Amino acid sequence: MISFRLDGRSVVPPYLQIVQQVRQALRMGVLDVGDKLPTVREVVAATAVNPNTVLKAYRDLERDGLVEPRAGHGTFVVGRPSGPPPGTHSRLARSLAQWVRGAREAGLDDESIESLLRITLQAAADEEETA
Amino acid sequence: MMASSNPAVIQTCGLSKRYRKVTALSEATLTVPQGRISALIGPNGAGKTTLLRLLAGLARPTGGEVAVLGGAPRQDPAFLAEIGFVAQEIPLYRRLSAEDHIGVGAHLNPRWDAASVRQRLKGLNIPLDQTVGTLSGGQRAQVALSLTLAKRPRLLLLDEPVAALDPLARRQFLAHLAEAVAGGGLTVVLSSHLLADLERVCDHLILLAASRVQLCGDIDTVLAEHQVLVGPRKDTTAIEKAHTLVQATHTARQSTLLIRVGGPVVDPAWEAADVGLEELVLGYMGQHAGPAFSHLTSVGEDQ
Repeated sequence: MISFRLDGRSVVPPYLQIVQQVRQALRMGVLDVGDKLPTVREVVAATAVNPNTVLKAYRDLERDGLVEPRAGHGTFVVGRPSGPPPGTHSRLARSLAQWVRGAREAGLDDESIESLLRITLQAAADEEETA
Repeated sequence: MMASSNPAVIQTCGLSKRYRKVTALSEATLTVPQGRISALIGPNGAGKTTLLRLLAGLARPTGGEVAVLGGAPRQDPAFLAEIGFVAQEIPLYRRLSAEDHIGVGAHLNPRWDAASVRQRLKGLNIPLDQTVGTLSGGQRAQVALSLTLAKRPRLLLLDEPVAALDPLARRQFLAHLAEAVAGGGLTVVLSSHLLADLERVCDHLILLAASRVQLCGDIDTVLAEHQVLVGPRKDTTAIEKAHTLVQATHTARQSTLLIRVGGPVVDPAWEAADVGLEELVLGYMGQHAGPAFSHLTSVGEDQ
């Protein structure tokens, strides 16, 4: 079972925060096919969010083929978002964390790290285009 | 054909209330569908409490029509059994305990769910045997809400129930409320000034200003109908032809317009942006605040 964190100051609307957190949990392998999502009532009791917000998020996930409501039992995971198999993200996250530590030790601040990442992504995109 | 699968729990048309020379509510026309948690927002004195009292049958309209749960609100047992009303000053007997209140409620209400109150208050670690006067504000509010929900009402009217509570108590109170709505069959109207709380828990909005309804509808829909335009200071006549201008603020060089959208904004001089709930509410309130307030919103760098 997972729990949701809803940030009231985020520009991302609450229903989309729920959708994104379920997708993220699926990518990280925290959730897998067959797992149950918290009931609307449980989410509402934990976060004080409107029940319709949770329903809307679950409908979105259902439309994308990721979850399925089963009458009287709750909402279950039936699919995974397209992309690499679970575990890939956490493996890459670990090596990235190591890289970030190295960058900090070398004296880079967050802004420099972000711009370095953007430049690298752009260069990789250019490379793919010419290849 | 049925008109809708989601019938209106509250429907008013031209609803008005005058006290001697003062108009507390003027020509209010609004609808609240079933299952909504509706935020009743407006400056002090805008008519929020008057509207709630009219809906609860505690005051009689001087004009217009009001239907609550399909009939006119009235002080009879059948109607009152369907309605929960928690007034601003939490209506509890300070010298009685929660358990005493549960006993009183059982005498007065036909469908009384005493077990739900005990279970809920135990879950919140609120003592049942202690006099209510010795509890904290947050605990008293929870006792009042639990007792009101024990009636199993179909409509809950709450007049600023969280105003005096600390952030944690507020969150717990609103979670309790949202959970009751998730159970089905309950509609809520909740007045408050705390927009951040309302934005999270409410999906419907009634905005009152100057004793009139300025906006009423689902929050997502209402937000989508408005935009903020920012551009160099210029005449707004063209904009006002195609859209409804809610509020305009100007500096010597720049204009910021809150509009209710009537179609696409074609003039490229204007940069359009989506509106948040707070910006929207302040826009409508500022429109009716008069010169003493409006100059505050239009102070510019060049003035």
